[in-house]
Amino acid sequence: MARTLSEADSKAVLARYGLPLVTDRVADDPDAAVEAAETLGYPVVVKLCGDAIAHKTERGLVRLRLGDAAAVRTAAEELLAAATPDDGGVALLVAPMLSGSRELIAGIATDEQFGPTVVLGLGGVLAEAVADVAIRLVPIERIDAHEMIEELRSQALLGAFRGEPPVDRERLADVLVGLSDAAQGEVGLRSVDCNPLIVVDGVPIAVDALVEVAS
Amino acid sequence: MRPTAEHWQALFDPRGVVVAGASTHPGKFGFVALHNILACGYRGAVHATNREGAEILGIATCTSLDAIPAGEVDLLVVCTPASTNEELLRQAATKGIRAAFVTSAGYAESGDEGRAAQARLAALAEELDILLVGPNGQGVVSTPSSLCAQIVAPFPPPGRIGIASQSGNFVSSFMNYAVHAGVGVSRAVSAGNAAAVGVADLLEAYVDDPATDVALAYVEGIAEGRAWFERVGAVARAMPLVLVKGGATDGGQRAAASHTGSLASDDRVFSGACRQAGVLRATTIESAYELAATLATQPLPRGPRVAVVSTAGGWGVVTADAISRSALELAALPDDLRAALDEKLPPRWSRNNPIDLAGGETRDTIPEVLELVIAHAAIDAVILLGMGIQSNQGRLEERGPFFPGHGLERIADFHERQDRRYVTVAAELSDAHAKPVLVATELAIADRDNAAVAGTREAGRLCYPSADRAVAALEALWVRRRYLERRGLT
Repeated sequence: MARTLSEADSKAVLARYGLPLVTDRVADDPDAAVEAAETLGYPVVVKLCGDAIAHKTERGLVRLRLGDAAAVRTAAEELLAAATPDDGGVALLVAPMLSGSRELIAGIATDEQFGPTVVLGLGGVLAEAVADVAIRLVPIERIDAHEMIEELRSQALLGAFRGEPPVDRERLADVLVGLSDAAQGEVGLRSVDCNPLIVVDGVPIAVDALVEVAS
Repeated sequence: MRPTAEHWQALFDPRGVVVAGASTHPGKFGFVALHNILACGYRGAVHATNREGAEILGIATCTSLDAIPAGEVDLLVVCTPASTNEELLRQAATKGIRAAFVTSAGYAESGDEGRAAQARLAALAEELDILLVGPNGQGVVSTPSSLCAQIVAPFPPPGRIGIASQSGNFVSSFMNYAVHAGVGVSRAVSAGNAAAVGVADLLEAYVDDPATDVALAYVEGIAEGRAWFERVGAVARAMPLVLVKGGATDGGQRAAASHTGSLASDDRVFSGACRQAGVLRATTIESAYELAATLATQPLPRGPRVAVVSTAGGWGVVTADAISRSALELAALPDDLRAALDEKLPPRWSRNNPIDLAGGETRDTIPEVLELVIAHAAIDAVILLGMGIQSNQGRLEERGPFFPGHGLERIADFHERQDRRYVTVAAELSDAHAKPVLVATELAIADRDNAAVAGTREAGRLCYPSADRAVAALEALWVRRRYLERRGLT
């Protein structure tokens, strides 16, 4: 059996392996959320976060592009009200709203026969249909990471795109090697899902992360 | 048990062989196994056992292994019913036999009882220090010893490819391609139920085998995926390894489950693990053979830049398409090479890559152009098209009503000599400059005896049946080179 960590705890684990994560703050109530937003600068994202919450988007627990204190306060109140008893302890996560037209997915998945694997794929709403994915067994070398990037069919998306610079392949390779290190270093780690990795000025940044561990 | 060099020698280069369960009936495996050993030129002593002690194919058989001399036979080929095989192994051990290939069925493939019998057989072989291959396999082939100890055809021409397969019929398929194309095989083993020796064991043996340069494998399922890839990755670092996996799709996986009992897995994981391990994964049996034959006979290119030399336009265009779709590059023709070619060719030649000679060749043009192109530092590999067409015309004339008059015999001979010379020079230049040069023509299928096709085969190379397949093979060479280079393994 496996259990998921909250987004905040997931990110804390991944930060130890150097993964590029969006700078976010945990807030317990609407006042704290507004304070965090003021510090981070608008626009922001506010999410409900808890150990038992794995599918935030599907449940409408992510509020994007909040432009001022009033919007943050309303969102924070609604999100806290949407928590159910099954969710256990919850908190608010406030993060700057990153923008980039390209999204990737990176993570760790445990295969029944081959054990932990590093996965890189094209992200965004069409990801599942496009199924552009590269997979390697943990541990990977840096050259394997580069070959995973090279293997994606959507190479045009990795170059200069819509006025944005090309994806920094070294930084993306850092993400993949960091994931491999996490899979080796964290006892009982079952899966990691960094979805999406938004490409901001060519640099991939994980704005959401979910870590699953054996319970 | 980790097989030793002695075990492998007993399997591949035995001093003597005994077929247990030889039959007088030519429809039985026990007959066919003995027949194939005797018919394919094996030079060691051949013994056989038969329940009645009948003479078979001129051999006086014994009723049991007891009667064969000790210390002269290394390999036991088992065609007896499963129930008798444990006793057989014990007797074999007393004769100094170190390897047994078991063709008998009735083991793990047949249910719980068979599974238990197989486990007992494997434990016994280990206790007796006998290398056990099979059971339920088709046999072993070893061309350096002219050994064809298998219950199926063919016996392939000698060569540098070592074959290991979970499916016996694909050993035959690979070897049939070898018979047709002429690039041959060193060792070939059908692992059968792999009670003791699996595909990974065989591949490791090929790495240490001086007769083998390239490994070619077919698998359907792998029990311990991670450990398997660690072993196979070590093989692929030491030796090119081409692999086909059956059950890549949902439909194929259902078929594999009933064939070898293999578990389903995510094919993308397998595919990624192959890339990571440096294993060249082929999607078809045919392309797997072609990649292995290419790796066994061509040098690795130092870079991806390919020149296409063609005697006519259309072939070159299609080949340029295939190159552009691959990891290879169509080389930009350097000015100095273009100027040098201008000296040799009429003004209508393509003046670009593909180098289309546009029918402008005289007696020595093709060898001279090849020399210039292959020697040039900006070219890493060459694909040569349009060979054999003159000989093909000669063939039509030979069969027509006007031959040999009207000067037809003379011209046909001339073209045959020329076509053979072109492909021979291509192979020589390839060796001299350590660059791959691939000859592609559909005549490889249409007329095996065509001078260009036969000449390529006689030069020890594969004549590719299409430019697309030559491009796929050349791409595999480049992928191999790049893998090694990027990891500091060259």
